[in-house]
Amino acid sequence: MAKSHKPVVWFPFAAGGTVIAFCIPVIVVLTFMAALGHVPAGLGYEKLHAFAGNGLGKLILFGVVALSLWSSAHRLRCTCFDFGLRADTLVATLLYAAAIAGSIASAVFLLRI
Amino acid sequence: MKERLVQLEVLRYNPDTDTEAHFQRYEVMCQEEWVVLDALNKIKADIDPTLNYRWSCHMAVCGSCGMMINGEPKLSCHAFLRAYEGVIRVEPLAHFPVERDLVTAPDDFMEKLKRVKPYIIPKEKKPISEGEYKQTPAQLMKFRQYSMCINCMLCYAACPEYGLTPDFIGPAALTLAHRYNQDSRDGGRKERQEVVATHEGVWECTFVGACSEVCPAHVDPASALQQMKITSSIDWIVEHLIPGGKS
Repeated sequence: MAKSHKPVVWFPFAAGGTVIAFCIPVIVVLTFMAALGHVPAGLGYEKLHAFAGNGLGKLILFGVVALSLWSSAHRLRCTCFDFGLRADTLVATLLYAAAIAGSIASAVFLLRI
Repeated sequence: MKERLVQLEVLRYNPDTDTEAHFQRYEVMCQEEWVVLDALNKIKADIDPTLNYRWSCHMAVCGSCGMMINGEPKLSCHAFLRAYEGVIRVEPLAHFPVERDLVTAPDDFMEKLKRVKPYIIPKEKKPISEGEYKQTPAQLMKFRQYSMCINCMLCYAACPEYGLTPDFIGPAALTLAHRYNQDSRDGGRKERQEVVATHEGVWECTFVGACSEVCPAHVDPASALQQMKITSSIDWIVEHLIPGGKS
């Protein structure tokens, strides 16, 4: 039996899972707070815009978005498989393509700031 | 002692006479503190001596009395009747071929167990005259939890991945591979990787986690498999991306 090349997709998935676990709940809470008009001091639009305009800020934001997308795509692929949807190549292609498209889009938007 | 009339719906299958399995209902007077295995023993002794099932120790050590109880993989010696209401449905372990009644054929698991080489492959062989291989308590703790497996196969019955892809090496066998990989006396990891790092090895696992939930010995196979995914990924990077790293 040959060794699997699955680490190529699994490593970013694992990294994304960690990012999702640590960052996404915080981002969801902050977004809700902002939507309700309670923007914490230091997280105002101007400051966040400046953060996204900075090179390192762009890299961090891109990392969070791209890894989360990749992780979710892989998780969804596994879930489809577990639920008995066995068209794995098709499912994987569609989901990974969506994750890549989302990552490219976030890169483009970040570079335009 | 308090007694209770318990109704059990037991899957019956006799390969000599039956074309397919069917359920048989038994009513048996049980003591309140009994487990499902006690009820089965009472049925076999007093009502129906033709009922077949495996058991040995009656104390969650031997791992031979695993069954599906109300659809959940459990050791029948560890499933207290007081935890159930109404009719208790007892079936053979899922994902294994049924031999007769509640007896399943464990051959597939046994074959997979052998493939992961679940024994110490010494890092360096030394003559007996040089004494024993010593180990610190910290080194022992690295693998102790994973050595507690009693081969009851509940994790295989719980694993949806094994049910869907029978080639999957599965939780218990891979966890034992991890147990020996983590042992300071062992040098066999590279040999085991030939099985562990394949599609049928850790990469078939999608981290459902049911194996760890049903494990009666608290081995936590899911954690062992995720740790092996990390080390297998590092191996892959070393082999494919670092010049001269190919082993």
